[in-house]
Amino acid sequence: MTVSFLRVSACVMLLSLVTACGKVPWNDPYPVAERGKNILYSVFNERPKHLDPARSYSSNEVIFTGQIYEPPLQYHYLKRPYTLEPLTAQAMPEVQYFNAQGQALPADAAAESIAYSDYVIQIKPGIYYQPHPAFVQDAQENYVYQHLRPEQIAALQSPTDLPLQAKRELTAEDYVFQIKRLASPRLNSPIFGLMSDYILGLKEYGELLSRESNKLKSENGAEAYLDLNRYPLQGAQALDRYRYRIRIKGKYAQFNYWLAMQFFAPVPWEVEKFYAQPGMKEKNFVLDWYPVGTGPYMLAENNPNKQMVLVKNPNYHGDRYPSSGEPGDRASGLLADAGKPLPFIDRAVYTLEKEDIPYWNKFLQGYYDASGISSDTFDQAVKIGGTGEAALTPDMQAKGIQLKTTVATSISYIGFNMQDAVVGGLSERARKLRQAISIAIDSEEMISIFRNGRGIAAQGPIPPGIFGYEEGEAGINHYVYDWVKGKPERKSIAQAKRLLAEAGYPGGRDATSGQPLLLNFDTSAVGPDAKSHLEWLVKQLNKIDVQLVIRSTDYNRFQDKMLKGDAQIFEWGWNADYPDPENFLFLLYGPNKKVGLNGENAANYDNPEFNRLFEQMKNMDNSPARQQVITQMLEIARRDAPWVWGFYPKNYALYHAWYFNAKPNLMANNSLKYLRIDAKERERMRNLWNQPILWPIAVLLLALAAVLLPAALAYRRKVHAAPSARKAK
Amino acid sequence: MMPQFTPLWTDWLIYALLLIIAVYIAYTRSKPHLLAPWRKVMRSPTAIASSVILLVFVTIGLLDSIHFREALPQQNNGEKTVYSAEIISLFDRMATPLRNHVEKTYSAPLAVNLFAMESVEQPDGRVARLFPRLKYAGSHLGKDIEHSTRDQWRLFIKGSLWGAVIWVLLCLVLNAALASHARIDFSQMARRLWRGDTELPWRTLLLTIGMVLWLSAIAWQIAPRYHLFGTDKVGLDVLYLALKSIRTGLIIGILTTLVMLPFALLFGIMAGYFKGWVDDVIQYIYTVLNSIPSVLLIAAAVLMLQVYMDLNKDSFNSVVERADVRLLFLCLILGVTSWTGLCRLLRAETLKLREFDYVQAAHALGASHWKIMTRHIVPNVMHIVLITITLEFSSLVLAEAVLAYVGVGVDPSMNSWGNMINSARLELAREPMVWWPLAAAFVFMFVLVLAANLFADAVRDAFDPRVQ
Amino acid sequence: MIGYVLRRLLYAIPILIGVNVFIFTLFFAVNTPDNMARIHLGMKRVTPDAVAKWKHEHGYDKPLLFNAQAAGTQKFTATIFFTKSVPMFAFKFGAADDGRDIGQDIKTRMLPSLALAAPVFLLGLLLYITFALTLAFFRATYVDYVGVVLCVAMMSISGLFYIIGGQFLISKLLHLVPISGYQYGTDAFKFLVLPVVIGVIGGLGSSSRWYRTIFLEEMNRDYVRTARAKGLPERIVLFRHVLRNAMIPILTGVVVVIPTLFMGSLVSESFFGIPGLGSYTIDAIRSQDFAIVHAMVFLGSVLYIVGLLLTDISYTWVDPRVRLS
Repeated sequence: MTVSFLRVSACVMLLSLVTACGKVPWNDPYPVAERGKNILYSVFNERPKHLDPARSYSSNEVIFTGQIYEPPLQYHYLKRPYTLEPLTAQAMPEVQYFNAQGQALPADAAAESIAYSDYVIQIKPGIYYQPHPAFVQDAQENYVYQHLRPEQIAALQSPTDLPLQAKRELTAEDYVFQIKRLASPRLNSPIFGLMSDYILGLKEYGELLSRESNKLKSENGAEAYLDLNRYPLQGAQALDRYRYRIRIKGKYAQFNYWLAMQFFAPVPWEVEKFYAQPGMKEKNFVLDWYPVGTGPYMLAENNPNKQMVLVKNPNYHGDRYPSSGEPGDRASGLLADAGKPLPFIDRAVYTLEKEDIPYWNKFLQGYYDASGISSDTFDQAVKIGGTGEAALTPDMQAKGIQLKTTVATSISYIGFNMQDAVVGGLSERARKLRQAISIAIDSEEMISIFRNGRGIAAQGPIPPGIFGYEEGEAGINHYVYDWVKGKPERKSIAQAKRLLAEAGYPGGRDATSGQPLLLNFDTSAVGPDAKSHLEWLVKQLNKIDVQLVIRSTDYNRFQDKMLKGDAQIFEWGWNADYPDPENFLFLLYGPNKKVGLNGENAANYDNPEFNRLFEQMKNMDNSPARQQVITQMLEIARRDAPWVWGFYPKNYALYHAWYFNAKPNLMANNSLKYLRIDAKERERMRNLWNQPILWPIAVLLLALAAVLLPAALAYRRKVHAAPSARKAK
Repeated sequence: MMPQFTPLWTDWLIYALLLIIAVYIAYTRSKPHLLAPWRKVMRSPTAIASSVILLVFVTIGLLDSIHFREALPQQNNGEKTVYSAEIISLFDRMATPLRNHVEKTYSAPLAVNLFAMESVEQPDGRVARLFPRLKYAGSHLGKDIEHSTRDQWRLFIKGSLWGAVIWVLLCLVLNAALASHARIDFSQMARRLWRGDTELPWRTLLLTIGMVLWLSAIAWQIAPRYHLFGTDKVGLDVLYLALKSIRTGLIIGILTTLVMLPFALLFGIMAGYFKGWVDDVIQYIYTVLNSIPSVLLIAAAVLMLQVYMDLNKDSFNSVVERADVRLLFLCLILGVTSWTGLCRLLRAETLKLREFDYVQAAHALGASHWKIMTRHIVPNVMHIVLITITLEFSSLVLAEAVLAYVGVGVDPSMNSWGNMINSARLELAREPMVWWPLAAAFVFMFVLVLAANLFADAVRDAFDPRVQ
Repeated sequence: MIGYVLRRLLYAIPILIGVNVFIFTLFFAVNTPDNMARIHLGMKRVTPDAVAKWKHEHGYDKPLLFNAQAAGTQKFTATIFFTKSVPMFAFKFGAADDGRDIGQDIKTRMLPSLALAAPVFLLGLLLYITFALTLAFFRATYVDYVGVVLCVAMMSISGLFYIIGGQFLISKLLHLVPISGYQYGTDAFKFLVLPVVIGVIGGLGSSSRWYRTIFLEEMNRDYVRTARAKGLPERIVLFRHVLRNAMIPILTGVVVVIPTLFMGSLVSESFFGIPGLGSYTIDAIRSQDFAIVHAMVFLGSVLYIVGLLLTDISYTWVDPRVRLS
């Protein structure tokens, strides 16, 4: 039985050997038809939830929406520090300030005197949307597909199955339409709350839409189309076909950064109306799933269960590769394509890959063009040189893989709940306790054990690359570090213990009651690394004889605790929205508290002096004066130590030899258009690396046979011997 | 000063279980018909060998189930004694060197250097990449570190000798006792023992004990000075972690089985035997339960517990207590989700058995339902019960690893083979590979599961009604 | 018999209602609609206003099981439970909390799941029974001992490691099949070989142990001894007598699984990147998408009930002594 089964399976193997012959690798996960094509292969690790520019906010969605939608501004691909430049706009927006009487104010007017500011944006003419059935008009300029019958819709596999498609020019009205959409009760945009504080009349507009929407629903059913074009918005108006104006309350110096995000990308009203037809939603035919933009790519396949495919937009207005960059970019070949038309790549295939191990191995086999490095594959890919700089291992170098590193514009920290009775508050006692803990938790060791050195111990909330960060001795946190021999050195444990004693806990025990000091660490961490990480933390506090109780819970409970202020010590992080110190310092701004106010200040830190300086700093231009204010703020925060400052992560990215123009840009999310690949070279390398090796299988089969043979013989013997044996009984 | 005895919830259950076993033994001793199958078990060499192994595991588990808090040194006189916040077990106390020798990060078994290179500043101010010395392993050698292998061999031989000496002494004592019991002289007994010519397999027993003694004597010599199984990511001794995991594994395996067994037996047999509405009700219950993915059920239960713990923060002041309650809860809920499988098997078997002639005959003779079920049906489904329990025990120890993958396993701070296996997922992908935590977890689990399986096989044979 | 089947089918209704109530209580005991909203709205800048809107939009702004404010029957119908459960019975799964249509997703994901689970199931059954019969046949010889140790060793290895090891050996070192991924149609073959082989091997240990015990039990019975005494060849004794009589416990474990093969396997789908229903469910649980969890549990229980019914019918088929009434 077993033998025959094996025989069959051996035959199947042989058969597949014959059919799959040739020098084509067997382990190629892509269809044969795609071989040698100018296609980029990448991954996504979580199904994107929203591709609607008004809703999408997470990084795994932006990899798609960034290529499809074009906001008026973008970040320069090569320049550092990050610089904004026009994308669909003709030039950077003109800003005009007005006082309460509506009189124009000069550009250097004091922030308090400004009642509102106008941003006028002029867009380039001749930009067209990707082909889409929603744009199709007949000779009488009637829309052909705006009144489909439900059974017509039910028969479609995808909205693009409709026979006719057309293009349409981008107008200023589309940008205004999208700003109105931010307030729509049916979309629930994540930035509506924030923007309604800034864009004039947006809050009232949201209320108006809510009322109208409910009225429509009760009159015409839940799916009745809410036509935003019927309701004007005071804060955003089109001035002519190519010009629109956004009116901001007061002064908002960071608003330009928002204009580089998808939230401010154009959405054509025809498409919105097209998708609002009854029967569309049941088929998943919504803007959230079938985005329509002016960008270099359009979404050709949307199967979040397996793969997402972007293809070149035939109507793309054309853009050129930048011809200037940072010093050193020319030497590293990043300017070789200067001035060439974009995009280079015809198609980008993103495959769902939930686990790190398959991702990494497929990268090594050449089936993905780029990869990050997880902590556990680190030693395989990177060795740290004698002087501490990272270099690729010989294996990786032999494969022609390139390594690029950047310090992320984010911070990962351990926060104290400032409303907690033991660790919180601005009293001297609590402050010293926090400082002692800050010294005890050795971020450098954490970086070296858990991140293989991929990070920089943080000295404050502002990471390098953002204005306000200072190098050298001036930038260190004197409450935790000393400046020794040209570099920061963590203060000793003895010093931490002394601080602890001064805080009233000599030897880790309450000086009055003698009870040991118990602190709680709240976490929702799961996963294989959580255990060692938590153990490591306990170990850190043990160094100063403090007991840390890990209260691990699930994500929901953890969020609830944070909202209620029940947590004591916790881990948190922040990823910058835009490269401005305001985006980091507001994490410590009192009125932005988490408890009660639902803000992003998770530690609930509230120091009046810090708050005052923040309000001053917020609207300043990057200047020595601003730096001075920031330095003061940092000093206050470091002394109060509401966070153990943690670390700024460093990103390591690997690229294959056939992958060109890669420069990690943490702000720009439309970088696909700059990339170029050499598909021929890739094909050659894939074939070279993936030749099937068969002999171990043959050995395995032989070994199996060797094991089974004696058993088969024994069976035969036993069957033949059995009758006589039984007789003997 | 006396430490403060602080038993955990699971500790109480273990004590209760011990008590029940003790009562059962006392009861069985007086009943020859109950004793007979156990005697038969004892006569099987595999059963003896595996029970020795099981006993070793159980002993470690028990030592790890006596928890207390140590008193802190008094600060000012005349005060009440203050106890440490940390709860430790007797086993922790015994394994203090293992517990305290915490290195920085990974180190290979018996290594004296860290596993990964690090930049270290030399005394002359230059920075070099090298494998730093471990803080504890081999620290007794001082500068003489390059002779660590020789030192390890020395300890190995010393341990072996110790083991041998104790074993020989044990053999002599046992032989003497047996000889006096059998009223034959010492050398005659020794010959019998040597040939294995005794009623109970004393030879196997001694060999197994010898093996255990040998291994533990070596570990006893080497473990305090080196990391016998290396260290994990945060530098904890893997041998210590694997030993600590024994308790977790045993509790999950045993408590869960104890929870599920009565349900499964009672409901399964009742459903198959009575049929009709009883069957319908029981089927209803298990269908509903089984329809919910167990992951969801377990996650929900664990989360509910967490809500409870957050509401009663003050009763759970230490990591150990929190982890323990979670473990207990996990056992309960695993028990609830896993009884249905056995229940269905028993129902099916009973459906068949109740139509057998002897059951029908007993019925016709007017035997009560209870009597028919206990006398005629239960013994005939015992093989299913036993094999299911053994397989269940093994799979529960493993299931924990899969649960940890989904994020609803035991508390992350708890030592368990599941947690070790789960983190090994990443360790195996490292280059060079970190294999020892997985290997240690596998070896311990394999030995335990194998011993349990062999023992269960022997028990099954002994209790088989037809073989008697 | 037909009466029994009809009765069982009728019982399905209270069972499904029970499952629904149970899943509701479970899910909402630990996740409030607020939590769900917050998860779906993301990490940054979530205002209470947005949470309220989300709940309203997805129909989670009503009371859970009983609406005290409403009048008459509305007390029961104007609840999350009623509005979300009733369409299920017509197999209308509606939209997931992230807006995608669930029925559509289930349709596309069912086949890959089946393509993985069905071969594992069939090949596995064949191999396990063969292996277990071999072990039972060689009872108490070295083959049996080695087999038991082998089985236990295989049981002691976590399923995750068969997957990681298999990927490492077959895909990474030998380049024989893709590490992960999936293509629809006949191309699926090369993606499925490895997961199927690993699935079969992963279950070998415990399943063989289990079948071996069942077979041993039967081999000790009188009729087997009689058959042997009659001089029937061992092969026939094993296949005709032992296997047939051990059918009841085998069927109990096996038949019920058949309809649920559609539901897919949890871990291996995630590791091999197979877009099936198993990974769909686990993702939904992780992202707390109640609509999907609800739909999958409902579908699962329907299939499970069918499986139970089939099992009961199969009993009467292999063993005429079993009567269902």
